[in-house]
Amino acid sequence: MVWKDLLVERRSKETLNALFFFSLLLLFVFQFALGPDRERLAGTLPGLLWLGFILSGLLGLGRTFVVERENDCWEGLLLAPGDKAAIYVGKLAGNLLLMLVVETILLALFGFFFNLDLASVLPALAVVIVLGTVALAAVGTLFAAMTAQVRARELLFPVLLLPVEAPVLLATVKATEAVLLGETLGSVAHWLKLLAAADVVYVAVGVLTFDFVLEA
Amino acid sequence: MRRLLGGVTLAGLVAGLVMGFGIAPREATQGNVQRIMYLHVPSVWVAYLAFGVVLVASVVYLIRRSDAADQLAHASAEVGVLFTGLTIATGSIWGKPTWGTWWTWDARLTSVSILFVMYLGYLLLRGMIEDRERGARFAAVLGIVAAFNVPLVHFSVYWWRTLHQPPSLMKPGPGTMPAIIIAALLVNFAAFTLLYAYFVTRRARVLGLEAEAEA
Repeated sequence: MVWKDLLVERRSKETLNALFFFSLLLLFVFQFALGPDRERLAGTLPGLLWLGFILSGLLGLGRTFVVERENDCWEGLLLAPGDKAAIYVGKLAGNLLLMLVVETILLALFGFFFNLDLASVLPALAVVIVLGTVALAAVGTLFAAMTAQVRARELLFPVLLLPVEAPVLLATVKATEAVLLGETLGSVAHWLKLLAAADVVYVAVGVLTFDFVLEA
Repeated sequence: MRRLLGGVTLAGLVAGLVMGFGIAPREATQGNVQRIMYLHVPSVWVAYLAFGVVLVASVVYLIRRSDAADQLAHASAEVGVLFTGLTIATGSIWGKPTWGTWWTWDARLTSVSILFVMYLGYLLLRGMIEDRERGARFAAVLGIVAAFNVPLVHFSVYWWRTLHQPPSLMKPGPGTMPAIIIAALLVNFAAFTLLYAYFVTRRARVLGLEAEAEA
């Protein structure tokens, strides 16, 4: 399990570099697409931020099982002794770490480019981001395992993931918006509860069904 | 047996149409447009019923590995997507004269359309996996994830829209509806449920025959 984790991290160096560059490019694209008008950009900021998280998440999560497939280690995964749920949790932890690192970078870039004062809202923002990221990664890891062996997987993965994550996106964007406006976490408690519920449901379903995904 | 079900369904649909478009009175404020409710509301019901069946059949498949459960889930998802589409279409047709727009991000419209794309993805996944057994397994997992997602979608969309605007006005409480309208609605509910059963049994049978032919 821990060994799996380490493996993911070692690999993530190559993924991480690319994802870092990708998120920088995303920021450029957002700016070019919406024009340099600061006022207008500020209004769409929470949405843009999560759009960035989701897009980089799609790329990062979609690669979860690429190493196994490319190196023909898929059988190794299937034959690994012990509970398959452990593989899921390990992969999930690795993905979570990777996404959080990328999101931190992206957040810092947003703060830099949009001249945001993030320091004062950082603790509250971190809560929202972690809750949202767990939900993203939990479903993403499960679906990545499912689509890893399907043709057109690059297409199928986002097509499956995005509708399922719709409630998470709604919740995180709304909560982020409130937090960036300086409101307390208490004012968005219902969103946080929804995210927490989503985290629990997704991780539980993932742990329980991963066995069936990884069958020979 | 199937013939009988088909016959009863047809009779029910005809009765529902007669009740809804003939016998039920013209609604005072909305006029004849309101009559689309007799198709719209039963469609939503069938959609939710169908996705519930997908969940149950998926769980049964994963435990028992029975092909019948898989075919039931597949058929039910197809019919569910069809009726979700019908719901959105009839809702749109109703919305144009009533709200003055084909589409608005109203809470219920949004949650139904999220369901629509979610189960469309489910069918897409099924179509893309050649290996029958693996397709069935993956689809069952997705069917379970999607079903557990329904309450999350519901609450998120509800808060997303209705924290800032009052709930939609057109909710006809049962107390305010005349008995004849309720009767017409109930007949349509029954007819649509039968139609669902008919479609699903036919479709599941076709899927079963396809599997047999392939084997």
